[in-house]
Amino acid sequence: MQTKKDLLGIKNLTAEEILMLLKMAKAEKPKVKNPMLRDDSLRQISMATLFYENSTRTKLSFLLAGDYLGAITNDLNISTSSVAKGETLIDTGLTLDSMGINIIVIRHSMAGSAKLLAENISAAVVNGGDGSNEHPTQALLDLFTIWEHKGSFDNLKIAILGDINNSRVARSNVFGLTKLGANVTLAGPATLVSSNIAHLGVTITNDITKAISDADVIMGLRVQLERQKAAYFPSLPEYANFWGLNESHLKYAKPDAIIMHPGPVNRGVEISTNLIDGNRSVIYPQVENGVAIRMAVLKYLSNVGAKTGENVIKLL
Amino acid sequence: MITIKNGRILDPSNNIDEILDLTIENGVITQLGKNLPTAEDSQVINAQNMWVVPGLIDMHVHLRDPGYRHKETIKTGTKAAAMGGFTTICPMANTNPVTDNEIVVEYILSKAQKEGVVNVLPVGSVTKAMAGQELSAIGEMAAAGICAISEDGKFVENPALLKTAMTYAKMFNLPVLSHCEDPRITGSGQINAGKYAEKIGLKGIIPESEEIAVARDIILAKATKSKLHICHVSTAAALQHIRNAKAANIAVTAEVAPHHFTLHDEDIPPYNANFKMSPPLRSAEDISAIKAALQDGTIDVIATDHAPHHEDDKNCEFEQAQNGIIGLETAVPLSITELIEPKILTPLQWISKLTCNPAKILNLDKGTLTVGKIADVTIINPNIEYTIDKQKFVSLSKNTPFDGRKTKGKALYTIVAGKIIVNAGELVC
Ligand SMILES: [Zn+2]
Repeated sequence: MQTKKDLLGIKNLTAEEILMLLKMAKAEKPKVKNPMLRDDSLRQISMATLFYENSTRTKLSFLLAGDYLGAITNDLNISTSSVAKGETLIDTGLTLDSMGINIIVIRHSMAGSAKLLAENISAAVVNGGDGSNEHPTQALLDLFTIWEHKGSFDNLKIAILGDINNSRVARSNVFGLTKLGANVTLAGPATLVSSNIAHLGVTITNDITKAISDADVIMGLRVQLERQKAAYFPSLPEYANFWGLNESHLKYAKPDAIIMHPGPVNRGVEISTNLIDGNRSVIYPQVENGVAIRMAVLKYLSNVGAKTGENVIKLL
Repeated sequence: MITIKNGRILDPSNNIDEILDLTIENGVITQLGKNLPTAEDSQVINAQNMWVVPGLIDMHVHLRDPGYRHKETIKTGTKAAAMGGFTTICPMANTNPVTDNEIVVEYILSKAQKEGVVNVLPVGSVTKAMAGQELSAIGEMAAAGICAISEDGKFVENPALLKTAMTYAKMFNLPVLSHCEDPRITGSGQINAGKYAEKIGLKGIIPESEEIAVARDIILAKATKSKLHICHVSTAAALQHIRNAKAANIAVTAEVAPHHFTLHDEDIPPYNANFKMSPPLRSAEDISAIKAALQDGTIDVIATDHAPHHEDDKNCEFEQAQNGIIGLETAVPLSITELIEPKILTPLQWISKLTCNPAKILNLDKGTLTVGKIADVTIINPNIEYTIDKQKFVSLSKNTPFDGRKTKGKALYTIVAGKIIVNAGELVC
């Protein structure tokens, strides 16, 4: 297995690489909640988060993952940085390169921005979400959570519900789950589930009951209020009425189905409050796994990040 | 005096496809015939196994002067045209300031006179500053020498205003060249809507963006009986509307750009903005429809939409990148490789779309090898193997998706009003 310089998307990873990262995350996971187990294995690594879009939880998750492994962590506050003065992404990246940063985690509103950065600098780049393209660490933590609960991916039925068109989480999960042998059904209003998505090797439907039937895993996606304003559906109550997950749906799923959500969740819209707080929900274990998976990713990339310039294999 | 010997004369305006000699004297075509005697003082070009055609006309380019001379100047743009075999080019109005009055038209014409090496016929904008509110000085620009009006790069959203512009332009015998893409449908779309857009997570541009715009403009052309020319058609659906309109005797014509019959959306390397243009690269099915429309005459013209951009405008986030690619120096090889070699078009059919057809649409006394006409002549070697190398382009910009592509055919001689500008593939001015 070749070491890759960057983590840009799940579509660039093989099934073996995904499983390796899940195994690495399993080894790191005890360190998340037990301070005694944390170490300083990444003390020679300097990392920076470069978030052009607001996100508190993903950014914090990355920074804590670095901290728990002893890395030097920095958050580049975009609004107060030179980016606000019109500096290009590449120039910002080269500046961080010059300061000796080894790993950059970028979140950006435009698809392909992580790749653009990675191709133009020596530091390792982790895609923390680029437009509607990918959010690979979210998918990895989702896969890790599914793997913990189901033991394998073979022939699992996964239902992903919500705003599929605009979701990088859905896209990354689709690439990962299909590579690992699961069957994916995407469901939501037709205005948010393009028929072109079926080409990615998934089933699409507008009927949430059909999507959930015999599902092992039900994943809700956050619905943005902006979509209603852009007239993709009439109102959040109508959305919840037709595509929100509630107890009445559960009888269609497998008895041991788990309920997931990448957060932050709109209670009563994507998923009813009872289900969020109920025993099928793995929403908080997902958050814990998020730190573990990011520790694994940082460790994996630090092999390369520490010796930028030599033997760097670019992941395109 | 110039004598071009033994070339295959392809002159669709006179329906000639024959091995003949051609002589040029004092900037004018003087003789066309078999085994013409060579005068002693005559410069002889041996055109054996080559095509001798009327000087090519590109009715859709962007020269960036005034306003963006770091991307292209009239000097570099006309040199690129000559290297590509073009003797006449029509720069669009999205300069800075916009070509919306006779002063800008005169500036472009005087610059072309001073530093240009091919004929430059500017296109004026439809509305002032291309803001879609008030009409440009259409009549005064016509008097100054524009050949058409166009809001190219933008869509005149207000149909009542476009109808007024068409009605007004008709008095000056100016066609309206329409960039048909409704931005309200395109939205934040970046590439063709389809499987590939889903895969790389870029927002898709649905074909209805073009189809609705084309249908609307055809309705207005029918109502005004004005000449409407649809720029760079990219979709099968829009072509069907144009085909139907022609059958109904509506005065509509259409062009296609070489990239739209050469590449489709899945050819885009992820997020490579040298493949970003407006309209976008469409599907393989659309390419088939474009080829059929070239064959049946639904598409009258091949035009490059030469759109120079600086590297900084392309080596950035795909969504931030400027639209457009350069095309003057690649149009002939791409056409021969994609249309002539696979026998989609005969050489005569192809040449008509770069000569007499655009001349007719723009009311130009050009695009012909008729004796007595101004000697704009291009000589093409259709058999030469040519690997596209952007470093060798004379255009100031290098934004092409075709770098390194293997093609066949190249223009080797470009003669403008009897003056040799490109000689055996080399610029000589
Ligand atoms: Zn255009």
